[in-house]
Amino acid sequence: MDRRTIFGGQLLPALLVLPQLVLTLFFFYWPAAEAVWSSMTTTDPFGQGSVFVGLENFAELFSDPLYLQAILRTVGFCLAVSVLAMAVALLLAVFADREIRGRAIYRTLLIWPYAVAPALSAVLFLFLLNPQVGLIGRWLNRHGIPWDYHLDGGQALLMVVLASAWKQVSYNFIFYLAGLQSIPRAVVEAARMDGARGWRRFRTITLPLLAPTTFFLLVVNLVYAAFDTFGTIYAITKGGPGQATETLVIKVYRDGMINQDIGGSSAQSVVLMLGVIVVTAVQFRFMGRRTSA
Amino acid sequence: MKRGPDYVTHAVLILGVLLFALPVWLILAGATQDSDAIARGELSLLPDPSGLGIYARVLFAGAPGSQPVWHMLLVSTGMALAIAVGKIVISVLSAYAVVFFRFPFRQLAFWAIFITLMLPVEVRIIPTYAVMAGFGLINTFTGLWLPLIASATATLLFRQVFTAIPDELVEAARMDGAGPLRFLRDIALPVSAANVAALFVILFVYGWNQYLWPLLVATDPRLDTIVIGIVKLIGVENQTDWGAVMATATLALVPPVIVVLLMQRWFVAGLTEGEK
Repeated sequence: MDRRTIFGGQLLPALLVLPQLVLTLFFFYWPAAEAVWSSMTTTDPFGQGSVFVGLENFAELFSDPLYLQAILRTVGFCLAVSVLAMAVALLLAVFADREIRGRAIYRTLLIWPYAVAPALSAVLFLFLLNPQVGLIGRWLNRHGIPWDYHLDGGQALLMVVLASAWKQVSYNFIFYLAGLQSIPRAVVEAARMDGARGWRRFRTITLPLLAPTTFFLLVVNLVYAAFDTFGTIYAITKGGPGQATETLVIKVYRDGMINQDIGGSSAQSVVLMLGVIVVTAVQFRFMGRRTSA
Repeated sequence: MKRGPDYVTHAVLILGVLLFALPVWLILAGATQDSDAIARGELSLLPDPSGLGIYARVLFAGAPGSQPVWHMLLVSTGMALAIAVGKIVISVLSAYAVVFFRFPFRQLAFWAIFITLMLPVEVRIIPTYAVMAGFGLINTFTGLWLPLIASATATLLFRQVFTAIPDELVEAARMDGAGPLRFLRDIALPVSAANVAALFVILFVYGWNQYLWPLLVATDPRLDTIVIGIVKLIGVENQTDWGAVMATATLALVPPVIVVLLMQRWFVAGLTEGEK
């Protein structure tokens, strides 16, 4: 879809595109190349320099049960966060789409959490679920349900899932509401004439028409859960207790920045990059050009 | 079809609103209360108006060993503005070049930018750190924002907007003797003002909410953003000053929420527009 009318000149456009190209080169391609390179090297035993080892780091990575567990955990975490955040958002959007008094106010009050930082949603959940300070955490302990996410891995995982999903509902809500509003009234009316009501109308008419939105949101939510939740998880649990909340990104950070295993961490980065590229390709294959912020 | 109020709908929506409002109410009410009482588990749902001084305390004094909150807010604001403005500027320029000119390697340049679409900094933590160190950008304010302003998303958006500008408009401007830069300033930018506004909100929030990046490139407390600062505050859970945590959390929350609420209409339209 190129323009017919264009301006002449070669130097000006080159200058215009230069800042972005330079930044992209320095902060995307160079680090990516650096990651690929260090993923194939290892520090020599005397710590003097790096030795080329080919795909050894990758072989090591995929034979490490901790890494394989982290992959499974991340997949489970991402699915749980996405399904939860999307289901709640869809429910709220369906009701907010109805003709009721005060709907503009409801919408505003459901949209603002978009602005909450992932790390900050962790802090907010602390005051709900912390065993000593949190409103719900204290209540659980008082009523004979032992609750302490510092000790119990399952509870820690539940907490980071809830905090991560909570923050993402608004984003999904905005898109589902826009999706619902773009369903032609005629379609809804026709369904009503045919006697489809309530749940049946929702299942047979609304849900299929929202399928493109749902697919788009699924991709965005999975990517959000995989990457943007670093702040949420790191602020509450730092990946613990043990490895209970260690997603792939937390593991890259722990292995690379804290344990200084550059080769292993870089290999993990490369695997993640390939993962993102596959997801992006799938998205574009099925969706055409859609972008998220 | 006239009916009474739809109670079920109101009930569901109010529940939804409370789901989001409750945690925020907790910190608003809690900030004004005695930290020791909170630590003993006596967090009340009612604010204590006499405790409002906590805001002055965290804003100007700060916790021991950390910067006062006004300084963190300043760093966060600077970072969020630099990212939002920087991204918009370089994306407008590169999209304008790609759409309105034909130059060698135009497609290559576009694809080089495009491919980076979904490669967040989270996937290349260590190597990016190495590059940053090479440039001497560790522990500098520039290091906080510069690497984050290169992104394909905004470029793609402006490419779409610029492509949609009618040819007649360009022709007319050229007849009037407008060169490419004047056309950009007088026509292309004004017609995409709504997109710029929407993008500004999205990017400001994105910049304000960064956590991993500042954690990585800045260890100097003078470069602590408010998001970094709040997580540091809860780091030592046994001796946490909970009132200060809650007051700081409130101050961290307010600016991006205000930006979203003030520009809600543009923001919602801009966010969903690209998706249709």
